[in-house]
Parts: sequence; C-alpha cells; structure tokens
Amino acid sequence: MARIDLVDLAKSYSGEAADVDSYALKPLSMTWRQGGAYALLGPSGCGKTTLLNMISGIVAPSRGKILFDGVDITARSTQARNIAQVFQFPVIYDTMTVAENLAFPLKNRGVPRPQIDARVAEIGRLLDLTPHLDRKATRLTADAKQKISLGRGLVRSDVSAVLFDEPLTVIDPHLKWELRSKLKALHKALDLTMIYVTHDQTEALTFADTVVVMHDGRVVQSGTPEELFNRPAHTFVGYFIGSPGMNVLPAAVSGREARLDGGVITLDRSYPALPAGATIEIGVRPEFVEVAAPRPDLLTARIERIDDLGRARFARLRIGELRLAARVSGALPADGDSVGLVFDPAHVHVYADSRLVEGVA
Amino acid sequence: MQTIPGRRAIMIVFLVFLLLPIYWLVNMSFKTNGEIVSTMTLWPHQPTIANYMRIFTDESWYSGYIHSIKYVVINTVISISFALPAAYAFSRYRFVGDKHLFFWLLSNRMAPPAVFALPFFNLYSAIDLFDTPWAVALAHCLFNVPLAVWILEGFVSSVPKEIDETAFLDGYSFPRFFIKILVPLIASGIGVAAFFCFMFSWVELLLARTLTSVNAKPIAAVMTRTVSAAGMDWGLLSAAGVLTIIPGALVIWFVRNYIARGFALGRV
Amino acid sequence: MDKTVNQKAWLLVAPVFLIVAFSAVLPLMTVVNYSVQDTFGNNQFFWNGIGWFKELLDPSTDLGSRFFASLWRNLFFSAVILAIEIPLGIVVALSMPREGWRVAACLVILALPLLIPWNVVGTIWQVFGRPDIGLLGYTLNHLGVNYNYVSNEIDAWATIIVMDVWHWTSLVALLCYAGLKSIPDAYYQAAQIDGASRWAVFTAIQLPKMKRVLLIAGLLRFMDSFMIYTEPFVVTGGGPGNSTTFISIELVKIALGQFDLGKAAALSLVYNLIILITCWIFYTVMTNAGADHKARTGEA
Repeated sequence: MARIDLVDLAKSYSGEAADVDSYALKPLSMTWRQGGAYALLGPSGCGKTTLLNMISGIVAPSRGKILFDGVDITARSTQARNIAQVFQFPVIYDTMTVAENLAFPLKNRGVPRPQIDARVAEIGRLLDLTPHLDRKATRLTADAKQKISLGRGLVRSDVSAVLFDEPLTVIDPHLKWELRSKLKALHKALDLTMIYVTHDQTEALTFADTVVVMHDGRVVQSGTPEELFNRPAHTFVGYFIGSPGMNVLPAAVSGREARLDGGVITLDRSYPALPAGATIEIGVRPEFVEVAAPRPDLLTARIERIDDLGRARFARLRIGELRLAARVSGALPADGDSVGLVFDPAHVHVYADSRLVEGVA
Repeated sequence: MQTIPGRRAIMIVFLVFLLLPIYWLVNMSFKTNGEIVSTMTLWPHQPTIANYMRIFTDESWYSGYIHSIKYVVINTVISISFALPAAYAFSRYRFVGDKHLFFWLLSNRMAPPAVFALPFFNLYSAIDLFDTPWAVALAHCLFNVPLAVWILEGFVSSVPKEIDETAFLDGYSFPRFFIKILVPLIASGIGVAAFFCFMFSWVELLLARTLTSVNAKPIAAVMTRTVSAAGMDWGLLSAAGVLTIIPGALVIWFVRNYIARGFALGRV
Repeated sequence: MDKTVNQKAWLLVAPVFLIVAFSAVLPLMTVVNYSVQDTFGNNQFFWNGIGWFKELLDPSTDLGSRFFASLWRNLFFSAVILAIEIPLGIVVALSMPREGWRVAACLVILALPLLIPWNVVGTIWQVFGRPDIGLLGYTLNHLGVNYNYVSNEIDAWATIIVMDVWHWTSLVALLCYAGLKSIPDAYYQAAQIDGASRWAVFTAIQLPKMKRVLLIAGLLRFMDSFMIYTEPFVVTGGGPGNSTTFISIELVKIALGQFDLGKAAALSLVYNLIILITCWIFYTVMTNAGADHKARTGEA
C-alpha cells in the first residue's frame, strides 16, 4: 500500500549511451496514487511491460528513480520491494497443491501458519477455488491455473502494489468478463494499488479509474476513460481507443474554421497559437459526425459501405482521397451514395504534430 | 536461468577434471618412449612428432581411420533415412501395435552389444559381409535406428499438424511434402539425430572389432596392436588415441549451438 | 496432439521394422537356438533343454556363481555411478554460465568425453592412472597414498568409477541444462516476486521441470552402465582377480574366450530379459510423465 512516484525513469536495452529515440521507455515522470486502479494500455512493444517490470524490480532502469511513499527503492531487490505481480501465462508450482501454491508467498516470508490458512481460505473463496484447494495444481485447466496466479498475487495483504501483465490472455472470453469484475471487486475490498497492463481497450476501460495510454515508449495520455474518449490528447489515443477510431483529417485552421480538401468545418474555438510548420490535423470521433441528406452548406462525402455494430451503425465514407467514418442514426438519404456530414463543433479537436492543441473560447 | 553460488568455481574445477586426463594423453603422444618410462615430466622435454609420423606413414594405421569413418558415415545415412518416415508415422498416426513397436525399438537401443557380438559374427559371415564396413554399419543400426526414430519423433511432433494438412490441400503428394516441406522444417532435428548416430557408432568398439579382421578394421581396434613383446609403445598408443578424439571434437564444434537442444532429444 | 488412426502408417514404419528385426530378431533366434543345446566342438550340437538356464540360475554351480557375482557387481556399479552422476550433473548444469562465448566453450568441453571411442577412454585412464607413468597414479603415490589399480581391488573400483564419472557426467549435465533452458523466465520472476529462496526455486521450479530429462538421463545411464564392457576391460581387464568383471565382460569371456556357446546364450537371454524389464519400467514411468507433460502444454 503505497504511492508510487516515477522520476525521470527510462530504459534502454542497448545501453544508456544510445539515442533517446531508441529507448524502450523514454524518460518518464508520473505518480500512481495509493489505492488507485490503473490500466497501462498500448499496442505490443510500446514499453508497457518494461515499465511494469521496472516497478517490480525485474528489470533495472537505465536512469531515473522509483519512490514508494517517498522512499527511493530503485536499488532494492524485488523481494525487498514487497510487490505482487501476475504474469501473462500462468505460473504454477507443479509439485504443490492449489492451497500450497497460494500459501507459497506467505510461507516464504515467514507468516505464521494460522494466518496463512485464513488468508488462503479467503482468497480461495474470492476466486472460487475452494473446491480445488487440495488438488494438485498441474491437473487444472489453464483458466484455473491463471486464477491461482492471480490468487498468489493477491494473497499478501501488505503489498505496495499488485501488478498485472496481461493476465487474462489465456482465459476464455466468457470467463474474462467474470474475472475482470472479480478483480474490480477485489480492488474495492482490499484497497490495493493495482496496475494492469493490457492491449485490450475494453479490459482497460472497464477495469481502471485511470487509464495510461502508451505509444512508442512514451506515455501519451493518462486520464479517466471519459477523458480519453472525449478529449484524446494525441491522435494515437484517438485511433487506439474507440471503435471505429477517431477520424483524423489534415486541415488548415484559421479563425473558427478548418478547411479540408472538400470544404469547411466550423470549430467551437479559435486556435491563434498553432506552431508554425507543424502538421495540422483535425480529429473528430465518428460518434460526433452525423450522416444527413446532402445540402450546399455541408461537407459532401461518398458512402463506401455501412458497418452495423448492433448498438449503432457507422458509414465508411470518402471525401476525395480522405477516408472517414460517421454515425448513421436515421434512414439513409434515398438519392444515391452522396451524403452530407453534420459535425458537432464541441467535439472537433485540433492537433499539431499529433498533439492536442487547446483552443481559445 | 537461475544458477547457484560458487558456480564459476564449480565449473572450472569440473572442466579441469575433464581436461586433465586428455591433456595427459596429448602430453604423452609428443614424448619419446624413453622419456615416458624414465622420468615424470609435466610437458614433453624432448618433444617429438615421431609417433604421429608413424601413424601417418604406415598404411595399416591410417587405413584404420578410413575404415572407421566409412562405417560411421554409412551407418548415419542408413539410420536417418530409415528413421525419418517411421518418426513421422509414430508422431502423426495411431496404428495397430504402435506403442508396442515403439517400445520394442527403444528396447533395442538398450540391448548390450556383448549379447550380439557372437550371433552377429555368425550372421554376417553367413551373408558374406564379414570384414566389410557394411557389416559394422548394419550392426550399429541395432541401436542407432531406434535412437534416431526416438529423437526425430520428438522433432516431428513439434511441427504443427496443420502444416501437413495445408500442404496436402495444396496438392502436394506425400513424398513431395516429405522432402520439400517436412525435412527442411526439422533440419536441426536431423542434424541432432545424425550427431547422435555418429557419436554412438564412432565410440563403439566391441561389435566393430568382432565383425572385422583386416580389410575393415577400425582404428580403435588397430590400437590394441601397440602391445608387443617389448612392452607397451605408450607414445604411439597416445598419439593414436589423440587422433581418435579429433573427429569427435570437430563434430562437436560444428554443432555447438545445437548441443543443448540436441541433448534434450527434441522433447523438453 | 490428436493422432488419426491410419493403418497405412505401417508402410512408413516397415523399413525400420525390417532393419531392426534383421539386426535384433535374427541374431536372438540364433542365441535361443544355442541356449538349448550343448556342443562338444566340431559343430556337433546336442539338445540340452533348459539345462543351461538351470545351471545359470543356480548359484551353487560355477556358471551360476559367476553370473550372480557379476550381476551384483554390475548392479552395485550402476547404483554408485547413478548416485554420483545424477546429482553432480545437476550441479554442473546449474553452474553453466549465463550467456556469451563461455556457454559455447563449456558445452564443447563438456561434450568432448562423450565423443571419445570407449576403448580410448580406457586408454586415457590407463595412461593417466598408472603409478609409473600416469599423472594421477604418480601424484597419489608421491603423496603417500599407495595407489595401484592393477593390484588393488579398491583402487581398481575407484578408478573405474571415477572414469565413468569423467566419461558420462556430461551427458547428465547437458540433459539437465537443456531442461533448465526450457523453463520460461516468468517462472523465475514469479518466484522472485513470491520471495522464494534459492533452495525453494530449485525444489519448486527447477527440479520438477527437469523431471523428464532426469528420467531420460537415469534410463540412459543405468542401461549403459549395466552393459558396460570396453572401458573397464581396457583398464583392468576385469581384474584384479574377478573384482571388476561385469556381466558383459563375463559374457564375452564365456562366448568368445571359451567358446561355450550354450552357456553364453543362456546368459545372454537372461541378461537381455533383465534389460527389457528395466527398460519397460522406465518407459511406463516416462510415458506417464509425458502424458502429464503433454496435457499441461496442450492447455497452456
């Protein structure tokens, strides 16, 4: 149970002298609140597992410091950090029973027997492992094995944090949901700091209070699921979160107008301070673009196809060479495949070199 | 991989233990018999290559090496080419008696050569193969073919079955699939199996000696000639011994990167 | 992996079946034939029924006493070298360097004794151990140890055991090393997180994961030591006296030395039977462990 501060933390696998751009994790400073439920979200190879392994001490940072409750623990071993971690693939001790597996971290730390038994029984109950407790762990299914791994991560009540490295990869989809809810409940019940690494946005958004999105060794945004959805700080966050991802269109911005190839979009704010020479793009989620009958004052696009996602329908459109997606709420306009697009100005964002630019009201 | 405290010291002591007797053999091979018998010297004080020269110039000596290499190569080729289809069958199919057959094969790997020495002598004399490399090569198949089947079965099983199915769907005939797709996929496994066949055929003496007399006598058997009325020719014996280590050392050097996997026989 | 039933697979197995049958069954039939006959030389054979077997299994006869003596000697030898080589092999495997050229160097040196012809192994130790010209024998005698493997039984045994350890521990070590290499890093990381001691890592992770290769190592070492012939024959010739005469040495003495074919054949069959039974026990244990293993990896 601790607040975790990362100070200028970085990792290079090819030596510190290498170019910073080649670092697996670029220098990073951030704070993880005590008791928070965090998700580290990003595609494979973005550095999220490296970051996690540095917090647990499996990987040594190339530079920077890690503080637990203000104490520098960068040089401490994994054991001394008192961290729990659950890995992608189930790690179980073949020769032990389920109960012995769960008791292992406690036994190693010399916890008295009655306390171990009580704790194992509790975790076993929380994870529905009670009927299996006396069985050999090798004979169980992959799901059950991963539950044991989770259980070992949660069995110690005094840990600084529990780290999860894509723990549900091997779990069947219907059980994933169940286990995720269970983790969330455990988080509430046990008041632990949890950091959950995943490349699955649904997992991240349902588990965490705060989602940290990583891209190419950098944290590009950290915020609540709503913030990530409504105001992506980086075009990458726009693409990566939401389905379909955010439309990103090159544009020239002047005053309260964005000029695209095919016409003009009205903006909510003005952007007087755009950096010169930067690539300017506008980003708008498909949820905030509506397909309508063509009108002279609207941008005109051609429909390529309609995706019916059940809860909503999205049209895949083209304006010249640009591709985008937009919501279809009513019936489609009857005449041909040309439609007009209605943008919601409050949700059209402007990006300079992929980063969100704050406008002036 | 987690190791143990003092591992470096343990490793060094063990490697010295392995190398010291070999060093002594090399040391002796460069000494004259006079030096060997008269004084105890840690390195040759009057180094000589006379022992080696004798081996390289006397046909009855160096032909021993040629004989050995011949039957080892023949045996390795036979073992691998016979074992490959069988390994595939054991890995992919269930058929009547498969488990018993596999066990029976394996049990032959464990059969003591001493039991077979005399019957082999009779058998190969009867079919006129006695004193040819073929006799030894075929005799060594007794333990090398089962070993090759066992190793290759492990490697074939590590190739996903979907690859076979895709190939057959693409219209590959069985032989073409086997040679064009399967063999390249398990190339390292074939290398490992060949290494083991080479090794066990190269080191075996009892059968090789029993089945040959003059024309195919292996080097290891020639070495026993160094006992003469005048006592042992230690220098010559040592030189011959050193020369038998070299082919093995060369083979190891070439497969050094596969040794670890090879010794797990493809089935860890 | 699910296997399909296909009787045509026999066609693929047939070549192997034929060549091994040619090498194994045909000679064994000769052996069986001999084992029930007696010969007075000149290729005259007489039906002797199970006479040789009776004699062989009766310790009060000459043949029986020699058989049992060499059998116990051989079993004792196998037990001793297994008790040394298995733990030592594990220790050596755990002592392997982590990475780099050192790994390759260690692997090459470790594998070296395995590729030396067996009689040369004998020669090496003969030359190394002799009190007059061998480094080991000379050093020991100068340190005040009266060591002579030619005349002293205990010295002969010690030499043969050390020689076998020298010759074969590498096999165990390389097998264990292969087993250790296949353990995913996550296991060690998890153990670190769980606060496991080094010993706990060994007993909870490394040893269970090495179970299969250790079984293979145990089987190979037991079998090869049980049929050992060449190395002790070169070093001690079975002596002093009969103190290092193992079954194979006894068998070759009877068969090729005395040309006592009936006795040799009976001994061969019993010898083979012992090996077959041991082999079957190991095979059963191993396939069970294998089924376990397959079930586990199949799920993961």
